[in-house]
Amino acid sequence: MTMRPITFLRAGSIDDAVAAVSGNPDSAFLAGGTTEIDLLRLGVIQPTLLVDVNELPLTYLEDVDDGGVRIGAMARMSDVARAPRIVERYPGMAQALLLGASEQLRNMASMGGNMCQRTRCAYFRDGRSPCNKREPGSGCSALNGVNRGHAILGTSEQCIATHPSDVAVALVALDAVVRTIGPDGARTIPVESFFLRPGDTPSVEHPLEHGELIVAIDVPDLPVARTSRYVKHRDRASYEFALVSVFSAMRVDDAGNVAEVRLALGGVGTVPWRAHRAEEALIGRPATPENFAAAADAELADADTRPMNAFKVTFAKRAIVRELSEVIS
Amino acid sequence: MAINQSTAPAVTGVRGPEHEPVTLDVNGSTYPVELEPRVSLLDALREHLDLTGTKKGCDQGTCGACTVWVDGRRVLSCLTLAMSCEGHQVSTIEGIASDGELHPMQQAFIDHDAFQCGYCTPGQIMSAIALIREGNAGTDADIAEHMSGNICRCQAYPNIHAAIREVRDADDDGGR
Repeated sequence: MTMRPITFLRAGSIDDAVAAVSGNPDSAFLAGGTTEIDLLRLGVIQPTLLVDVNELPLTYLEDVDDGGVRIGAMARMSDVARAPRIVERYPGMAQALLLGASEQLRNMASMGGNMCQRTRCAYFRDGRSPCNKREPGSGCSALNGVNRGHAILGTSEQCIATHPSDVAVALVALDAVVRTIGPDGARTIPVESFFLRPGDTPSVEHPLEHGELIVAIDVPDLPVARTSRYVKHRDRASYEFALVSVFSAMRVDDAGNVAEVRLALGGVGTVPWRAHRAEEALIGRPATPENFAAAADAELADADTRPMNAFKVTFAKRAIVRELSEVIS
Repeated sequence: MAINQSTAPAVTGVRGPEHEPVTLDVNGSTYPVELEPRVSLLDALREHLDLTGTKKGCDQGTCGACTVWVDGRRVLSCLTLAMSCEGHQVSTIEGIASDGELHPMQQAFIDHDAFQCGYCTPGQIMSAIALIREGNAGTDADIAEHMSGNICRCQAYPNIHAAIREVRDADDDGGR
């Protein structure tokens, strides 16, 4: 398939990039391109100007004052996954990165771009079917279509597309912060509020203004994350999106009670899913399989299922219980 | 077409959508070409540079047949715009033999019968050399995991893995 004609600008600075995109309503930033070039060729997205931000000096990883790590938006997934400070302090995040895509794609895909990657919903990607995310008001073909891979949490009657990212699951559990620079200056956005549930506006996926560029992601210091894990269940052993994935980190006190816990799910939500209900159900209670199961039940209580994806409820519950049992040791 | 001096012009301003002069550095040679911005690195290699060793399989980042190296790292040329490669070094399957001698990985693929139809093979080889250089070929599980981005419809995986193990164990700079 041939891509529509486009124009191209290699940005020499962040300011140039922001000015170029904010000054043209039909423009878009181009980072690793692993989703964007694909969707351009499919005709799903149609910017006429691409502003290449790959040459910007944003590939760094550095420590910040509070003990956390700042990750430049153009740092590549493969580099971040193997950076010693990530492997040591946030092993579950490193695992999530390495369980995503293939090595070639991880060498290309940037951390900022990963935050903006689009759903793999086949109706969104085909460029033709009714899809409220691609063409607001056209309907949702997945509601009564082939929806085995679709979301059961955070859904609406407008959209049940699953958020595809693995590393974003780790980042919502870690309370990371997205740093941006836009036409109105710099700001920070907590990562959990960066991802918007579809609601009545599935085409709006994040709070970025047009021309607002992600420049870094801050991951705060979190000692419990040093024993974090990420497990991904999928149809193939490698190079496949999650049916259910779990990021977990937990500290149990001397009395055997849960003192601290971070839990998030991938493959089941319209956004990377922080399991707040499960966390609340666990805190202060004995770290037992019964309580893990009760926490999983609480998290999935409002699951919105269809015949093809109803299996994800049991799947997710079992995955949570198993992960909490493993991460404890 | 190739000339042996490399200085990419300073890039300023919006380019396209019509053809624009673009300078590509491929396998150590400099190629001045005229490309529209929408042209992928894969199409530039095949259609403009006549380097057809790199294959187009899915053209959507799924199959790995188009794997090349940019600045020594394996990437998918179908999802890379050629224009974004200016100032970077591209390496393709045509560039890995030296002085008429096959790269050890090429020879190992022959020795282990690591292909049937051969269509995925250039991508497999570019990925396999990079795999060893990255240090990701330690165990059979490592090889399977880190080669998962290269699909082989003929199912030659056991032979591909055998070729990789041989080059890894030969310890003679197979990742060069």
